[in-house]
Amino acid sequence: MVPQVLFQNRKPDRITTLAEYQAGGGYSALSQVLTRQDPKGLQTLIDEALLLGRGGAAFPMGRKLATVADDAPHPRYLVCNADEMEPGTFKDRVLIHADPHQLIEGMLLAAYAIGADKGLIFIRPEYEGAARILEREIGLAREAGFLGANILGSGVAFDMVVHRSGGRYICGEATAQLNALEGKRPNPRKPPPYPTEKGLWGMPTVTQNVETLCCLPHIVNNGADWFKSLALTSGAAGTKIYQISGKVNRPGCYELPMGIKLSRIIEEYAGGMPAGSTFKACLPGGASTRFMTKDHYDIEMDIDTLRNAGHRLGTAAIMVFDDKTCLVAATVNLITFFARESCGWCTPCREGLPYILDILQRIENGQGQERHIGMLESMARHLWKAYCAFAPGAASPLESLLTYFGDEVRAHITEKKCPFGGREAT
Amino acid sequence: MSIPETLKTEWKCRIQQSDHPRELVVDVLLAIQGQIGYVDDQALREAADWLQVDPLEIEEIATFYTFIYREPVGRYVIHLCDSVICWLGGYDALRNHLCRKLGIALGGTTADGLFTLLPVCCIGYCDRSPAMLINGKVYGPLTEETLDRILSELRVAASDKEL
Repeated sequence: MVPQVLFQNRKPDRITTLAEYQAGGGYSALSQVLTRQDPKGLQTLIDEALLLGRGGAAFPMGRKLATVADDAPHPRYLVCNADEMEPGTFKDRVLIHADPHQLIEGMLLAAYAIGADKGLIFIRPEYEGAARILEREIGLAREAGFLGANILGSGVAFDMVVHRSGGRYICGEATAQLNALEGKRPNPRKPPPYPTEKGLWGMPTVTQNVETLCCLPHIVNNGADWFKSLALTSGAAGTKIYQISGKVNRPGCYELPMGIKLSRIIEEYAGGMPAGSTFKACLPGGASTRFMTKDHYDIEMDIDTLRNAGHRLGTAAIMVFDDKTCLVAATVNLITFFARESCGWCTPCREGLPYILDILQRIENGQGQERHIGMLESMARHLWKAYCAFAPGAASPLESLLTYFGDEVRAHITEKKCPFGGREAT
Repeated sequence: MSIPETLKTEWKCRIQQSDHPRELVVDVLLAIQGQIGYVDDQALREAADWLQVDPLEIEEIATFYTFIYREPVGRYVIHLCDSVICWLGGYDALRNHLCRKLGIALGGTTADGLFTLLPVCCIGYCDRSPAMLINGKVYGPLTEETLDRILSELRVAASDKEL
């Protein structure tokens, strides 16, 4: 059994209560920092632990916290991004349902590190159950003195609310999320100024993902070296909640050491592939990451290893495709998603994605021509000119399809049909 | 359909207490929708009036979000996930089955006003794919047989409520 840190209190059918969380050492990290550590010291600890953002961008949390100036104005905001709309991703939901106070304590620690006055948990409408759990448990934490005007008698004030989204993928983008929180149409904002200087309502704002925040109590309790020792690969740190779905026998969320091999996740934890299926490809971290092939089957799944191989760990939402699945059709599905979810604010994204979708559909339907491949390649490059990271994300599966599975794309063109017999998957 | 006075009073009070009333726009729209089923033109103007925001701005927010309905919907709104993992798990066949069973196309509402079928992107239940949401409740993994059972259960539940 590998060490369970974020899932140490996970139960099959219910949340961990406040009493249970406290019995396991919960909120001891909070009282420890309130009495013995200044905010700068906490920032340094987080930095030394090499905690990288778990929401997809892998930005070092310590560095982000340090960009809030010491004399920055108040109120300062901490936003917890629980939007989790990246296809294939469902770890934040599982984390909230497993142990809501772990997140609340994590937010308290992050808030202390930047002197935040108010926390907002931005959550998608599909997770209404999680939103209700959080509202109830925030109330209990407040009654217990962990939130409010004078936390545990320390004089530190912080409180938090749950903010419900109306549901749209772009709201997961940090600056679009700020507009959503302000009740505006959630288009992304173009920095500078960066949100840590002028974010929500023009005030300093730090946004962190649910899983990243959940790591904090454990780092405070056990130290930076311990956190780094959890990973299997040098330079990596912590555990990771890997989500695995698609053509595997046991789809689900597994907390495993950062850097575990892809093959082990699939075979040991996800129960291998269904009988008669063999591994063809996977998206390692959501719809906006690049396809990985059989050549990557034994890759160590950490942020740096994937980056060095030209890939992104993203949210570590591993979606497995077998040899019977047409990857052109799969990419049609992915681009359909991106074209529909584009906020429409900038031209490369709004116009480029439907253009790509049209060409890909022609290829899938057997009406493709050789010249279409070059058109797709050049349009994928144009997507990088978009306003935010949405469109470059959308380009990732397309570009990697053309790079690694060019023969499969060409077979559609030369055979004038889908070699897999059409779009429908089974 | 008109908005109940109690709802109006409750939200006007919450808006008054908020430092940034505008942040409540989605909450207001969802609350109205919860009462009258969807956000009609009158409700949209009403929300704009409560929040002191231009109705056009409310419109661009209301039409932006997946879970705010600007057109009438059935009693049960089926959001069938069509993202890649559910597609891999047989979305196309399930959608065809639902359309056939309900006698509607994607986006349509049954003549008895009971069901609306809408597409939705990944709902974050890939461990239970293929999956769908009906009025906030998750169902999955789905087969044609489980779909039939769910539809008949909801039909029974709806007729029970009417009795």
